[in-house]
Amino acid sequence: MNIRVESAGFLSSVQDLGRPGFRQSGVPLGGALDSHALRVANALVGNGDEAAGLEVTFGTLRLSFADDRAIAWCGAPFSVRVGDQPIPAGRVAEVRAGRELTMIAPTSGGRAWLAISGGIDVPLVLGSRATDLRGNFGGLEGRALRDGDMIGLGKEARLPSRPPQSNGGLETAAPWGAPAGWAALGKGEPILRVVRGTDWDRFTAAAQRSLVSGRFTVTRDSDRMGVRLEGPELERCDHGDLLSEAVAPGTIQVPPNGKPIVLLNDCQTVGGYPKIAHVTTVDLPLAAQLFPGDTVRFGEVTLAEAQMLLREREQDFARFRVGLSLHRR
Amino acid sequence: MRLEPLGDSAWLIRVADGFDPENSLGAVVGRLRQLEAASIPGVIDLVPSFTTIGVFVDQERAADFDALKARIEAALEPEPVPADSPARGELEIPVCYDREFGLDLDEVARHTELSTDEIIDRHSAAIYRVAAVGFTLGFPYLSGLPPELATPRRSSPRTEIPAGSVAIGGTQTGIYPRKSPGGWNIIGRTPLPLFEIQRDPPALLKIGDSVRLRPISREEFERISR
Repeated sequence: MNIRVESAGFLSSVQDLGRPGFRQSGVPLGGALDSHALRVANALVGNGDEAAGLEVTFGTLRLSFADDRAIAWCGAPFSVRVGDQPIPAGRVAEVRAGRELTMIAPTSGGRAWLAISGGIDVPLVLGSRATDLRGNFGGLEGRALRDGDMIGLGKEARLPSRPPQSNGGLETAAPWGAPAGWAALGKGEPILRVVRGTDWDRFTAAAQRSLVSGRFTVTRDSDRMGVRLEGPELERCDHGDLLSEAVAPGTIQVPPNGKPIVLLNDCQTVGGYPKIAHVTTVDLPLAAQLFPGDTVRFGEVTLAEAQMLLREREQDFARFRVGLSLHRR
Repeated sequence: MRLEPLGDSAWLIRVADGFDPENSLGAVVGRLRQLEAASIPGVIDLVPSFTTIGVFVDQERAADFDALKARIEAALEPEPVPADSPARGELEIPVCYDREFGLDLDEVARHTELSTDEIIDRHSAAIYRVAAVGFTLGFPYLSGLPPELATPRRSSPRTEIPAGSVAIGGTQTGIYPRKSPGGWNIIGRTPLPLFEIQRDPPALLKIGDSVRLRPISREEFERISR
């Protein structure tokens, strides 16, 4: 085993890009709530997209390393150190054997994704290493990390773009890294861009206006399945029962109480509530940082705009990966 | 039939406007088979449910979202082979309707004004078709519940329903594959595991499957469970 969990924090779990292909069996996509953050962190340490990392939520995660590894993290403004050395988001850093990595979540809550060169080595379940916390499978025995857990790592597939050798054996973060907007997400009141949902026309004009002009507050019963919101009531203008149909992370569904729910990766595969809108893929990282008490707004974009934004991000990511390879030695 | 965007990384195919266990379900299964046969690169999940099919697109290929739409439309261009006959024969699921398992038998009897024996006879005589699998891991929505057995969902859902519970919710019946919360009326239990993570696919039932529920004794339940 390569890592010992000295302190597991409040909710840390093994996650990758999820387990597509099994939704017909009712298996949620699952995986990192901010898949882009995990991909960026993985790229920084030389891992492929498929490598599993850790999703850290609240509290303090402390890991001790048995061998030398490169690490990188992205997400909410955590305080991250290797030994005494602060490691900024979106930078690759070296952790030497015997050293400790500490990740402290902001007190207002937040999620961060940690990638380690070689990736977390747990058995594949339905093609993925992601932890399904409700189904209790995948990851480490289907559960969140606990103090004292031992975690295995995979072989480093290719050399990570390690930082230059530092003096005195102290770990330093590399001077290069991911673009600031990818590495760390600031707090504040985000505006999530949405496209109209398949049931947009089932809502009153007032509800449609409220969705894109109102302010919504995240309630306490939010989790990896969905972010539940309180705000202007979103009323329907038709009242027929709907048949359950496919839903996705980002879908905003509205139960009869008029309070919208933004679905996240662990959401069910089908749902019978009307879908007023969908959060664009590029803004899912913002949805992944919503915690009870936070406020959020929505802004409408067209499907073409949503796709252009996603296309641009993917092109930037491809260039980022090429750029990283130049630092590899 | 029409395609609607389900957010920016999935398409929803509306195959029929209303659900009926023969025509619309057969049409959805037929369309599903066409899409499976086309195996369009970039499509990572097909989610059929009642009258629709969700087609999920790989995020990295979502840039070709419109091109994918064209390929989906091309795959659905020919009229589908009618799928009124299920892909596999009738599947039999053993169900023990003992009172110990049928926690809400009395409630269903009260609502339907039928005796519990009549409920069990009619529930197990019907032939059901799987209209969707979802809501939770491997949960089959079975269409074809005799209308006189329809019972509204419980006003306060149970926080924990035992695995294998067979239940009635409105005009449908279903089986909870795993221990879970739920609001349907429980009338029996199957010893058969409907969802196993080691199996591929993990769900025992698939949309369109034809299902009969065979009443079994408590002894047989124990024998199969072992």
